[in-house]
Amino acid sequence: MTSNGKMKNIYLYARFERLWHWLQTVLIVILLLTGFEVHGTFSLFGFGSAVEVHDFVGLTWLIAFAFFAFWIITTGEWRQYIPTTRKMISVVRYYMYGIFRGEPHPVPKRKEAKHNPLQRIVYLILAAILLPVQMVTGFLYWGYNSWADWGLPWMSLEVVALIHLAGAFAILSFVVVHVYMITTGHTIFAHTRAMITGWEEVADEESVGDWEYKTKAA
Amino acid sequence: MHKTERLYPLLKYMVLLACWLMLFPSISAAAKSKEKQSPGRTMAQQATKSKKLWRTTDHSKHEILQKDFTSGDELTQACISCHSEAEKQFHKTIHWTWLADPSDKKRQYGKAGNSLNNFCISTNKNDDKGCLSCHPGWGNSRQSKVNCLVCHSQKNMNFDEAVIDIKGFLEEGDAESREIAREIQAELRDAAQNIGLPARQNCGSCHFYGGGGDGVKHGDLDTSLVKPSKTLDVHMGEDGQNFNCTRCHTTTLHNISGRVYTRPAATERKSLVEDDLADKITCESCHTAQPHNGNGGKKMNAHTDKVACQSCHIPDFARVNPTKMSWDWAQSGKLKDGKKFKTKDEFGKHDYLTIKGQMKWAKNVKPEYFWYNGVIKSVTAADKIDPAGTAKVSWPVGDREEPNSRIYPFKVHRGNQPYDKLNQTLLMPLLSGKQGYWNHLDWDRALTLGQKSMGLPYSGEFDFVETTYVFPITHMVAPKDKSLSCTECHTKTDSRLANLKGFYMPGRDGNRVLNFAGWGAVLASLVGVLIHALGRFLSRGNGKKGKEE
Repeated sequence: MTSNGKMKNIYLYARFERLWHWLQTVLIVILLLTGFEVHGTFSLFGFGSAVEVHDFVGLTWLIAFAFFAFWIITTGEWRQYIPTTRKMISVVRYYMYGIFRGEPHPVPKRKEAKHNPLQRIVYLILAAILLPVQMVTGFLYWGYNSWADWGLPWMSLEVVALIHLAGAFAILSFVVVHVYMITTGHTIFAHTRAMITGWEEVADEESVGDWEYKTKAA
Repeated sequence: MHKTERLYPLLKYMVLLACWLMLFPSISAAAKSKEKQSPGRTMAQQATKSKKLWRTTDHSKHEILQKDFTSGDELTQACISCHSEAEKQFHKTIHWTWLADPSDKKRQYGKAGNSLNNFCISTNKNDDKGCLSCHPGWGNSRQSKVNCLVCHSQKNMNFDEAVIDIKGFLEEGDAESREIAREIQAELRDAAQNIGLPARQNCGSCHFYGGGGDGVKHGDLDTSLVKPSKTLDVHMGEDGQNFNCTRCHTTTLHNISGRVYTRPAATERKSLVEDDLADKITCESCHTAQPHNGNGGKKMNAHTDKVACQSCHIPDFARVNPTKMSWDWAQSGKLKDGKKFKTKDEFGKHDYLTIKGQMKWAKNVKPEYFWYNGVIKSVTAADKIDPAGTAKVSWPVGDREEPNSRIYPFKVHRGNQPYDKLNQTLLMPLLSGKQGYWNHLDWDRALTLGQKSMGLPYSGEFDFVETTYVFPITHMVAPKDKSLSCTECHTKTDSRLANLKGFYMPGRDGNRVLNFAGWGAVLASLVGVLIHALGRFLSRGNGKKGKEE
């Protein structure tokens, strides 16, 4: 990797991407709050309102997710989520050690490679497994009274509800780590600013790492 | 700069998103503004639209009712002279036979049979004459004619007492007594000429006093329902619909619908929309099974396949008058200064009587909830009980998997009553009269006589056993703003449905392991990032920021 130590602005996140990100933020926060209220963890909106809001926002997300899926397929952005083990060790080493030594990030962001290997695997699990599982179990939970009509009378609400709850815990844990990780840019708010404006200041490098090209070729 | 140019379109979308999310409350608001009336209410109002019932006869104009009656039988004869089939019909009903199923000679369910409860326990096949004051014949005899007035006269008077007094004063024969007799006869004649469908007062003269006093038994039936307010009962409230009992308890051949004993009151939950001749005995008959509207209404309608209307709409029973909740016969027999005595509680009700034992009365009682398909099962004096723990005298039948079962509210009356230690059956003591327990306070004697009157064995060894007896709660439906909120049941602490197991209920149920693991993961993440942040903070001097600045 070559670095001349200067910073440059690159346009990293398209308008739709940013909209999608913040829309999800709002939806996740509302769903977590109302969801845990329905679970009986606390009382905030009132149980009835929590159920109504949770149902409405959940279905909103389900519809919105279809648009996201369409976008990510048609733009080819899905490639950003292909998992790789290359540089994984150095990224993990960076966050465990290098970051404290002031070392540069081993995989700086690029337009063609927004995600480092760690992000790739985490976001792939999130977008391809965790969120769909939440959507499927959430939709089933929502349609509980229609299970017999759907030919699913054998299903157990307890199992569906507990999978949904486990997913919620996973998402909440992700949110905690994610909110912290966005402060690890070269300034505390560099990543946040990028997700708002689309522009991120990154180390001025001539090219993307070789490993990145190889992945693309493969 | 590009950056600021890009910011505006994004803002545009954020505004769009905000608008979409704001749509939610406006949708609910729109639904609520249209909420003039829920569909269930509209249906019910149509079902009971013609409020005025009309009659084709005026009993005060009938010649046969103009005379001075000297006995009850004579009066009944007058009724039958026109209503030729009425008595024959009535003789076949449970109101007369006091047997749930007269063809079942073996079990003999019913007051007149082997049935018992945990109040005054038994009628001892009507040897306990006090019980017969509620039998709808004249006087305390089962051989007399049917007393039509007790149910049909719109005048409120003690008919049995009236005919006894008339007879007495006429026998005395002097002018003054004859004058008094004539006055009572005039009153009775008035009552006989003022006839209609049974009103709340008529049914209530027995059903409000079940167990021998106001509100003793049911909890949702007591004298507060003679002139109820809408708050006490939305249907019967005088300031509301002012329903009589017969609005819902419809009748065929003097058989009145709504009895729950060995069979359900209604075998099908049909609405008048589906079948315009359906009984009006269930809530669904008039309100349909999808009565709620608006956003929350959809969720509430999704409950009606498992939760009875009564469960949410009767938040508590005995809201005006207290009802008896427990009766401990084992405490009876205590004397004060060698005499029988009574004490009263905060409601002015007897909470201790030497002849009866310890009682507990309560007001505004939260029901207990069970799965219920409309059938109440009970043990009779001939059935064996399990004296270990609490013996059920009666219990609701139902199961979550049964399509006709609902979660239904009950009053559970807890008793402590005598049982035969060898035969393991509940015992039926003779209580009233000279030979009864209330006179001599000798259990062994009362039990021997009581069992003898029943033709049932008694080993001579008795003890007391704790028992429960259930009453379905269906009256005293509160106005909708008083119905239960979600968290009365959907809560971890003090859920009204805490005792109902075998299904997952959001807000009530969870999984301890998953909760522990889940919050553990969240906490671990939090601690992890905090330690990481601390590390970055402490090593800031070595960091690139230091170099850059």
